[in-house]
Amino acid sequence: MTDAPELRRRTAELLAAYPPATTDRLDFLRARFDAGLAWVHYPEGLGGLGAPRSLQAVVDAELEAAGAPDNDPRRIGIGLGMAAPTILAYGTEEQKRQYLRPLWTGEEVWCQLFSEPGAGSDLAALGTRAVREGDGDWVVNGQKVWTSSAHLARWAILIARTDPDVPKHQGITYFICDMTDPGVDVRPLRQVTGEAEFNEVFLTDVRIPDARRLGDIGDGWRVAQTTLNNERVAIGGMRLPREGGMIGPVSKTWRERPELRTHDLHQRLLKLWVEAETARLTAERLRQQLVAGQPGPEGAGMKLAFAHLNQEISGLEVELRGEEGLLYDDWTMRRPELVDFVGRDAGYRYLRSKGNSVEGGTTEVLLNIVAERVLGLPAEPRTDKDVAWKDLAR
Amino acid sequence: MSTTSATSATSAQPDLLYSEEEEALRAAVRDLLRDHCDAPGVIARTESDAPHDREAWKALADGMGLAGLLIPEAHGGQGATHREVAVVLEELGRAVAPVPYLTSAVVATEALLSCEAADLLADLATGRRIGALTVALHIAPGAAYKVVRHEDGALHGELTGIADAAVADVLLVPADDGGLYAVDASAATVTPQVSLDLTRPLATVTLDGAPGRLLGDAEPAVRRALLAGAGLLASEQLGLAEWALTETVRYLKERKQFNRPVGGFQALKHRLAQLWLEVVNLRAAARNAADALARDEDTAVAVAVAQAYAAPVAVHAAEEALQLHGGIGMTWEHPIHLCLKRAKADSIAYGTAGAHRGALAELVDLQAP
Repeated sequence: MTDAPELRRRTAELLAAYPPATTDRLDFLRARFDAGLAWVHYPEGLGGLGAPRSLQAVVDAELEAAGAPDNDPRRIGIGLGMAAPTILAYGTEEQKRQYLRPLWTGEEVWCQLFSEPGAGSDLAALGTRAVREGDGDWVVNGQKVWTSSAHLARWAILIARTDPDVPKHQGITYFICDMTDPGVDVRPLRQVTGEAEFNEVFLTDVRIPDARRLGDIGDGWRVAQTTLNNERVAIGGMRLPREGGMIGPVSKTWRERPELRTHDLHQRLLKLWVEAETARLTAERLRQQLVAGQPGPEGAGMKLAFAHLNQEISGLEVELRGEEGLLYDDWTMRRPELVDFVGRDAGYRYLRSKGNSVEGGTTEVLLNIVAERVLGLPAEPRTDKDVAWKDLAR
Repeated sequence: MSTTSATSATSAQPDLLYSEEEEALRAAVRDLLRDHCDAPGVIARTESDAPHDREAWKALADGMGLAGLLIPEAHGGQGATHREVAVVLEELGRAVAPVPYLTSAVVATEALLSCEAADLLADLATGRRIGALTVALHIAPGAAYKVVRHEDGALHGELTGIADAAVADVLLVPADDGGLYAVDASAATVTPQVSLDLTRPLATVTLDGAPGRLLGDAEPAVRRALLAGAGLLASEQLGLAEWALTETVRYLKERKQFNRPVGGFQALKHRLAQLWLEVVNLRAAARNAADALARDEDTAVAVAVAQAYAAPVAVHAAEEALQLHGGIGMTWEHPIHLCLKRAKADSIAYGTAGAHRGALAELVDLQAP
């Protein structure tokens, strides 16, 4: 068993062999991966040492103290948080060896081709078709949407329909798609904020070798659950200080601009401040439960709470600003690499947070999930379970 | 007022979980209340001459020693903290138990701790005597309260809205000379008021030249007592809200209309899921307040946040429970009305949510216009 002292020893060895001050950033990251210090809970040879996941913090602290470069995890979140765990769980040895190292070092950016214009909350109804040519390549046609980083990505995780004659959950297969294929057309998708964080991706006769299939034919829905469960783990779980969220900027404005204050806004601000502090405490309680090894169902509610709070608080902030609230900082179409909630003005926050109750599961779907899985209330009536995909209403 | 408290991290993180001992305490109290405070019995008692359940009180105080949780062992108590008291209050809230626990074992006890009144603390610790602070139940921790006249060594005046005074043996009375006096209940006239919440009834206390023993300064004692009362009331409200949610979910799985369980209708599922989220948040806020009181750190903000959040949630839970139970929820026979009346009364007790938000405005420097 690899323990903390052992990890410290190995980290010290890495730092001695590749002094961060004199080593190229990429060389260092590759060496760190090869030393098994990238994600210590991964297997040996794939960037890890089979150590407990909690010990990663030991390595990270040592490396940070030594001024070592990191892999800029925010830029490659989909690769790290979604593609990697799925490849680890379902990939062949060859796939794991080929994809995980450049994924972790950030040399290759990943994106996710799941949602479609006709398959949002009902993702399993997706219609992008993958047809196999004999025993050879798969040929993919269809349209994907809400794809962040598609314009930067080298690879995509893709789910497509391989059998339209069976019920929708059964006819899906999971692939790794080469984003440089000439049939892949990435177009920016402009949002209400004016910018384009996301893309539409049109797939026209895209060829995917069978060696880039992840999991069995027709088993794609099950494989995708690994991806989506990891997405939910990635959302939430942060430790926030008091006023650490969106309530921070509006509180600051309130303190600095007494001329904007009204009694009505005061009452509403205090109510939201209390709600924000309470949600922060709930997130902290959830974190303490996880550390104590007693995970609770509270996580299911955190996204609901923060979506609502972000929208209400930013809406109040626009109103508080009065005349300035009628202005907007910049409508220019940009393609930001990272979403920056606090770097822009209240109007931007107001508009961007509208997406918080849609992305990663709509509030309405999440309320159903809480009602059914946490409270044990009856599930929604299903009329689609035993119907072949091709016969579904659309 | 501190302007940095809003942003500076507290020196230690609050412990928001329940320890194994706290869970064991919860189980023991729940068992006891199952035997003593079943809903039909509580409902019948509310209209009797003795709305308080003295047997349940004896079992809690004498049998389990819970009246002395906040009192140091040297004074005959258990030397526990607000965290354990909060767990007891969650369970008392679930049962809407008609016992003077919050008023005697928390509020009166805190006032006596502030005055270091050893003999009375020893009396209250065993539960053999019940104490009541004669500050009206609706008074917030920072608000002005009525005092009586101290003249020629005796106390004169009338005080209204005193919770659980009807069962109190000793009254802790703030007077106009700034002192807090202990008055034997037999020396006062205590007249019950017809109360919204019959399980925590109010009374008028009339002092007509009653002898009082000076315990110490009233101001710090009252402030400390009301702050602890407000903070721990959030745990009682959590118990109320949790009971209302659990009962409603259980009922809606059973109740069938239109040939299906009513709980399967999405409009109701969403309302219950929303309520669950509020209860989850309330638990974090209530644990935070109890932990802050126990550690005497960040107390004012933690209590104000918990009370500002708890009151509307407990009322919302009780109101949803009534509505979603349909006709049966409107009957005297069903215990929902106990929960609703307690929740509504609690939303005024020790200051409304609005009063606590007002306190926060000062505490975290979000000043009024």
